[in-house]
Amino acid sequence: MKDNKIEFTVNGENKIYDGDPLRRLLDVLREDYEMPGAKEGCGEGECGACSILLDGKLVNSCVVAMGTIQGKEVMTIEGLKENERGKCIVEAFADAGAVQCGFCTPGMVMASEALLRQNPKPDEQAIRKGISGNLCRCTGYDQIVDAVKMASERGDGLW
Amino acid sequence: MSHSISTTVRRKDAVAKASGVTEYLSDQFLHSPLHAKCYYSSIARGQIISRILPDLPEDYFIIGADDIPGKNNLHMIIEDWPVFADKDVRYLGQIVYLVIGPDKAKVLELHSQIKIEYKEDTPCYTLEDSMTLVGGAQHEDDNVYTRYDIHHGNIEVPFEKAHRILEKEYYTGYQEHVYMEPQSMFAYWEDDSFVLHASAQCPFYIRKSLVGALGMEPEKIRIIQSTTGGAFGGKEHFPDVLAGPLAVAVYKIRKPIKLVLDRKEDLAYSIKRHPSSVNIRTAVDKKGKILAHDIDLRLDGGAFSSCSAVVLARAVFTISNVYNFPNVKVCGRAYCTNKVPSDAFRGFGAPQAVFAIESHMNYLAYELAVNPLEFRQPYLLKQGSPTITDGVVHEKVMLPEMTKRALEMSGYKEKFEEYKNVPGKGIGFSYFLHGCGFTGNGERDLIKARIYLKKDESDQVFIYASNVEMGQGLSTTFCKVAAKSLDIPLEQVDYVGPDTSIVPDSGPTVASRSISVVGFLVQKAAERLKEEWVSGEAQSITQDYSPPEGMVEWDQDALKGDAYPAYSWGVNIVEVEVDPLTCEVDTKGIWGVYEVGVPIDRQIVEGQIIGGMVQALGYSHLEKLECVDGRFKQATMADYMIPTSMDFPSTQSDIVDNPFEYGAFGAKGAGEMVFDGAAPAFGAAVSQAVDAIIDEVPVLPETLMELTDEGQ
Repeated sequence: MKDNKIEFTVNGENKIYDGDPLRRLLDVLREDYEMPGAKEGCGEGECGACSILLDGKLVNSCVVAMGTIQGKEVMTIEGLKENERGKCIVEAFADAGAVQCGFCTPGMVMASEALLRQNPKPDEQAIRKGISGNLCRCTGYDQIVDAVKMASERGDGLW
Repeated sequence: MSHSISTTVRRKDAVAKASGVTEYLSDQFLHSPLHAKCYYSSIARGQIISRILPDLPEDYFIIGADDIPGKNNLHMIIEDWPVFADKDVRYLGQIVYLVIGPDKAKVLELHSQIKIEYKEDTPCYTLEDSMTLVGGAQHEDDNVYTRYDIHHGNIEVPFEKAHRILEKEYYTGYQEHVYMEPQSMFAYWEDDSFVLHASAQCPFYIRKSLVGALGMEPEKIRIIQSTTGGAFGGKEHFPDVLAGPLAVAVYKIRKPIKLVLDRKEDLAYSIKRHPSSVNIRTAVDKKGKILAHDIDLRLDGGAFSSCSAVVLARAVFTISNVYNFPNVKVCGRAYCTNKVPSDAFRGFGAPQAVFAIESHMNYLAYELAVNPLEFRQPYLLKQGSPTITDGVVHEKVMLPEMTKRALEMSGYKEKFEEYKNVPGKGIGFSYFLHGCGFTGNGERDLIKARIYLKKDESDQVFIYASNVEMGQGLSTTFCKVAAKSLDIPLEQVDYVGPDTSIVPDSGPTVASRSISVVGFLVQKAAERLKEEWVSGEAQSITQDYSPPEGMVEWDQDALKGDAYPAYSWGVNIVEVEVDPLTCEVDTKGIWGVYEVGVPIDRQIVEGQIIGGMVQALGYSHLEKLECVDGRFKQATMADYMIPTSMDFPSTQSDIVDNPFEYGAFGAKGAGEMVFDGAAPAFGAAVSQAVDAIIDEVPVLPETLMELTDEGQ
C-alpha cells in the first residue's frame, strides 16, 4: 500500500495523500486541507478560479488528478499571500480597484504571480495574455491589467 | 467639477477578497452533513404519468411535490412558479425532485435511478409559436403574461399624412449571466425556524417566496446573505427557485443541507436574459422629420412569469430612449414559451429596447441619406421635455456636453467619414438612458425602503439594510456616504451584511437603486445621527423612504406620469474591423461618457463602466446562446464564450457630474445603465464596416457572411 501514497508539498509543507488517485487536487485542497482560496467556478478547466501553481506553473486545480502530483510543489493563494510577492500583488489589486465580486480574484493573483515570475516587466499585451486563462465577469479586465502593471513596478526586484 | 465624495478610496472588501480570505458560501460550509442534487424534467411540456423511485438507504431522501407543507408555488411577482413539478412540466429543467444524502457519489447514483414517464405535449419554443398558441394556450387564453400599451400623442393622423413609412424589426438573443460563483445555498432548522444562507441579491424576496410554500410566518424564515460572487440579476429571483425545494427538504428532514449547482447545471437551467423582437414603423414627412412611431415590442418570457412583467415595463418605458418623439404608440407583450424562464439581467429590458430604437435611428438615417449623429440631435430630450409616459424630464440633460466629449475622445466624426471609403472598418455611436430605481410607483407603494443606522458605545457606526454587496462596491459606497455625512473616518463605519432577522427590508439589490434610492436614506439617517450624536452612547436611527417632491404622479392603470424620478445618461462609441475572409469582428476602440449624477467613488463607477461595457460587448457578438428543442446548445463555459482579457482593448471613459437632489450626494444609478449602449454602438460600427444594416445581436460571423453575400 505504501506505493499508493502520494507525497508532495503544499506551500512548502510536506503532505502525504493516500486516498483515491482520481480525486481532484481542488477538492483535496478545499475539503481535506481546508484551504478554500481556490474556488470552483466551472469544474472543467475553463475559468481559472481554482488556479494554483504546480512546480511554478499556473494550472487549474479542478483538472489535476491527485495521482499526477507525486513529488510536486503546490502553491496556493494561502501560501502566496504570505510572501512579499503575494502581498505586493494583493495590494496592487486593492489599489487598482481590480476586485469586484472577488470570486475570480485569488486565481487572478496566482496568474499574476506566474506571469511576473516569467516576465517581471510585462507590457499590456503580455499582461492580457498572461491572465487570459482566468475569466472575470465583473471588471472588464482593465483594472486587473493596471494592477499587474502596478505590482510589476512596485515590486521591482521581487521577481 | 468633481465632488470630494467621488475621490477613490480602497474598497473595504478588496484585500480580503484578493488574498483568498473571504469566504463564499461553499467555503463557509465546506463540510455539510447532507448534500442536495436537483432532479430536472427531461421534456419541455407534458404530463407526468408515472414515477419510479429507487429504494433509499438510511439518511438518503428524495423530496418532491408531495412533501410540500404549504402551497406548491413560489411567490415572486405572481404565484405561478411551482416549488416542484407535480402533474405537469412546463420546461426542460424544471425541478421535479431534490435528492439528498451524506455522500455525493451515492446521491448521484440514486439520482440516476429515478424514472419518470411523461405524456408529451407539443411545446412552444418561439415568440411566433406562443402567439399562434402552438400546443394550446398555457397562460390564460393568449399566452401573454403581461401587456403594457402606451399611447403618447396620437399616431393615426401622422401615419395618414406620412410622406414615407419606414419599418424594420430588431432581435436580441439570450444571454447567460455567468456570475463566477455558481448558485449556492445552505439551509437548516434552528429552534422553530428555517434558516437559509444564500448567495443572493434579495434576501427578502427569498423569504417572501417561501411563506406560502412552507406555510410559515415570515418571521420564522430567516435568510442570510453570504458573500456573493457576482449576480447581474441572475441571483435576483432564481435563488427563490432553489430555496423552495431546499426549504421543503429541510422542513421534512430537519438537518443541514447544502445545495450548490455545478456550472453545467447552472448554465443549462438557470434563468437568462429575455430574447426580444421589436418591430418599429415610423412615419416621416417630406423633410425626413419623424412624425410618429408605431412599436410592437415582444419579450420571450419562458415557462413562468417570474419578473417578466417588470422587465417588460422597463423595456416599454425605455423604448423612446433619449428622444422626445411627439407621437408614439407602444404595444408591449411578454409571452409564455416552454423554455427556461427569462428573468432579470443587468439592464432589465432596457438593453433590448435601446438596441431596437438606436438601430432604428441608424436605419432611418441610412434610408433618408442623412448623417446618423446629426439626424438624432433635434429629438434629444431636454429639461422639461415630456417623456413617453407623459411625465417630465426634471433634471438638466447633459447630452450635448457628453456628445462633445465622446466625439473628442474617439475622433468619431473624422473616422466616420474616413471609413465610408474603407471596407471592413466602422465606427458606431449610441445614446441611452436608464430610469433610476423601480418603475412607476414601485418605490412608493411596493418597496417602501427602510434602513437603520446604529452606533455603539465606542462610536462605531453600523449600516443595516437589505441591499447586498455582490461586487458592485456597495459595502464601500454605503460606508462612504455615511462617513461623509457624519464627518467621521471611513474606518468608523461598517456595513452589516443582510440577514432578514436583523436588517429592515430596504428592498432588493436591483435596478441600480441601492445608491440612488437606499443610499439617500443612508445619507438622511447619517445627517440625523450627526445632529443627535452623543459620544460614548449607543444610538439608532430608522429612516423610511419618502418619494421625491414635484413628480408627475404615476397612474399604474393608464401608465401615465413619471415612470422614474430621474435618469442616468450615456453615450457610447465603438470602433471595429471586420475580417473580410472570416467575418469575425475585432473591436478596436471603446469609448463611453456617462452621467450618473455624482459618482460616489470614481474608481468603483469606472469598474462598473468597464465591466458593463465588456459584458455588453460579449452580448453583442461573442455570447451565442441557442435554445433548440428546449435545451441550450451551449452547455459549458468552453462553448458559451464570455469575454477574456484578450477580446477587447481598454475602455476609455469619462463621467460628467449633474447632482440629483434625491440621490446620495447627488448620485443616480450606475450599474445597469452601463450595459445599455454597447450593443447598438457595436451594431452601428459593424453596419458601417460591412455596409449592411445590422438588426440583431449577437452579430455572428455566419450572419455577416450571409448579409454581405446577399448585399453583393
